Amino acid sequence: MSDHDYQPKSKVGQWFNDRLPLLTLANHLTDYPTPKNLNYWWTFGGILTFCLITQIITGLTLAMHYIAHADMAFESVEHIMRDVNYGWLIRYIHANGASMFFLAVYIHIFRSLFYGSYKAPREIIWIIGIVIYLLMMAAAFMGYVLPWGQMSFWGATVITNLFSAIPLVGEGIVTWLWGGYSVDNPTLTRFFTLHYLIPFLIAGLVILHIWALHVPGNNNPVGIDIKKPSKDTVPFHPYIVIKDGFALLMFMIVFAFFVFYTPNILGHADNYIEANPMVTPAHIVPEWYLLPFYAILRSVPDKLLGVIAMLSAILILAALPWLDTSKIRSAVFRPLYKQFYWILVADVLILGYMGAMPAEGLYLLIARVATAYYFLHFLVILPVLGFKERTLPVPLSITEPILGGSPNLEAAKHTESKIK
Amino acid sequence: MSDKKPKKRRDFLFTATTAVGAVGAAAVVWPMVDQMNPDASVKALASTEVDVSSVKPGNTITVLWRGKPVFIRRRTQEEIDEARSVKMEELIHPEKDEDRAKNPEWLVMLGVCTHLGCVPLNDKGDYNGWFCPCHGSHYDTSGRIRKGPAPWNMEVPKYEFVNANTIKIG
Repeated sequence: MSDHDYQPKSKVGQWFNDRLPLLTLANHLTDYPTPKNLNYWWTFGGILTFCLITQIITGLTLAMHYIAHADMAFESVEHIMRDVNYGWLIRYIHANGASMFFLAVYIHIFRSLFYGSYKAPREIIWIIGIVIYLLMMAAAFMGYVLPWGQMSFWGATVITNLFSAIPLVGEGIVTWLWGGYSVDNPTLTRFFTLHYLIPFLIAGLVILHIWALHVPGNNNPVGIDIKKPSKDTVPFHPYIVIKDGFALLMFMIVFAFFVFYTPNILGHADNYIEANPMVTPAHIVPEWYLLPFYAILRSVPDKLLGVIAMLSAILILAALPWLDTSKIRSAVFRPLYKQFYWILVADVLILGYMGAMPAEGLYLLIARVATAYYFLHFLVILPVLGFKERTLPVPLSITEPILGGSPNLEAAKHTESKIK
Repeated sequence: MSDKKPKKRRDFLFTATTAVGAVGAAAVVWPMVDQMNPDASVKALASTEVDVSSVKPGNTITVLWRGKPVFIRRRTQEEIDEARSVKMEELIHPEKDEDRAKNPEWLVMLGVCTHLGCVPLNDKGDYNGWFCPCHGSHYDTSGRIRKGPAPWNMEVPKYEFVNANTIKIG
C-alpha cells in the first residue's frame, strides 16, 4: 500500500505524524482503493456504522433518565415518554433503531452470502462479523428487558431458561444469571449494565472488522481479485463516501417513517403492561429479528436439542467459509448457487413467519421442514455444489468486459446487467 | 530447537511463577463471578405461609414464592382418580401422584413450565390440567408433563401443613 510513504505537507503535521501517525491513517482511509463496480448492496457497512452511533447516542441520553430498578423501570420509561423533553423522540429512535440495525445487518449478511464475500481471504472479516451479530442479539435482548413490561419480563424468563437445558449445571447457571430464583431486580440491574457495555464492545469489533477488510480490500459484485490501485479501483473519498451518503439518506427516510408514523408497529402491545410474574401473556413472541431462530427452537420437540439446533443455526455461519467449497465467489457466475441462494432467503423468511405463529398444526410442520432445509443448505447443498456446479466464465478484470473484446463476452454482458 | 534442553532452575521458576499467578487470578475472578449469585437478602425470603381455608374444591390459587408463582389446587375426587389411574409407562417423566400430592386433595407445585419458565394456564390442555401458552406443553391433573416440549413435571416444592388451613412453602 502506498500510504506508508505518506508525508503531511505542513511542518506541524509532519511533527505530529512522526509521533502519532494519525494523519497517515486518515490518508489511508481517504485514498483507500475501492472496486469501482460496488453496487448499493455495499453501502450497508456505512449504514450499520450510522446505526451503531445512533444507538449509542440515543442510549446514552436515555440512560440519563431511565432508572434500572424493578419498582421504577416501567414508570421511568413512561416518564421519558411523557415528561422528558423530546424523550418520546429519543426513545422511539432507540427502539426503532434496533430494528433498523437488524434490517441493515441482515441485508449486509445476505449481500455477503450472494457475492461470496466470506470466502478466502476474508474469513476473519466474516467471523468478526458473526461475533458482532451475536453481540447485537445479546444487546437487543437485554435492551428489550429494560422497560420492564410483560414482554420484557417473559422474554427474559424464556431466553434465560434456555440455559437450563444444559445438563447438570443448567439450573445453577440460570440462578446465577438471574441473581435469584426468578427474573427480578438483580436481573434487571445486570442486564442494564451489560446492555450499556455491549455497544462499546461492538464498536471495538467494528474497528477490527474494518481493519481486517482493509488488508485484502473489498470484494465486489464480480467477485474477482483486483489489483490495487488500478483502473479497477476508485479512491474511497469522494466516490464511495458520496455513494454511501446517498444510500444512508434513503435509509434514514425508512427509519424516520417508522419513528414518526408507526413507532410501535415493530413492538408488542403487551410491553405497555407492567411486568407481572404471576401471569404469562397468552402469546410470547420475540422481536421480529429473532423470529427465524425462535421458529427453529420450537420446531424441535426436545428441550436440549431445540436449544442446540437454535445455537447451531447461528454458529454454522461461522463455518461457512469452509462449508462452501466453490472457488468462485460471486453468485453471478454460479447459476445453481444463485437459485439455492434465493431458496435460502425464502426459507429464512418462512421461518420468521412461522416463529410469529403459534407452534401447532400446519405451522409447526412447515417450521420443521424449513428448519431441516436450513441445515441442509449449509451442510449438504453448499459443500456438494462446489464440486458439481458448472460455473460461468469469470472476467479477468472489472474493466475488461466494459472495454469489450473479452473472450468471456457473454458472461461479461451477463455480469454487466447484474451490476447495473 | 529440536534438541531437548535439560530442566534448569529457571524453568522451575517460570512454572512456579505461572502457577502462583494462575491461583491469584482465580482468587480474584471468583468474587467477580460469585457476586452474581443470589445475595443474602434474596436468600432470606425463603419461605412463605398461605391460608388456604377459602379455596373450594376444583379451584386453584396462585401465590408468589421466591418471585415464582406457586399453584395450590384443591382437587376434586374426579381429578384425583384421573391422576392416580394413569399408567407409569404413559408418562414422559414418571412420577406417582401419591408422591406428588401426599394429601391427595391438595396439589402444591411451582407454576412454572419446565420448558422455558412460562406460567401455564389453569384448566386447559388435553389432560384437564394445565397448558403452557408459550410452546404448547400439556400437563395433567397432577401437574405431570404429558405432551409438548417440556422435559419434566412441574416441580413440587418443599411444603408442609402448619395446621388444617395453612400451608408453609419453603
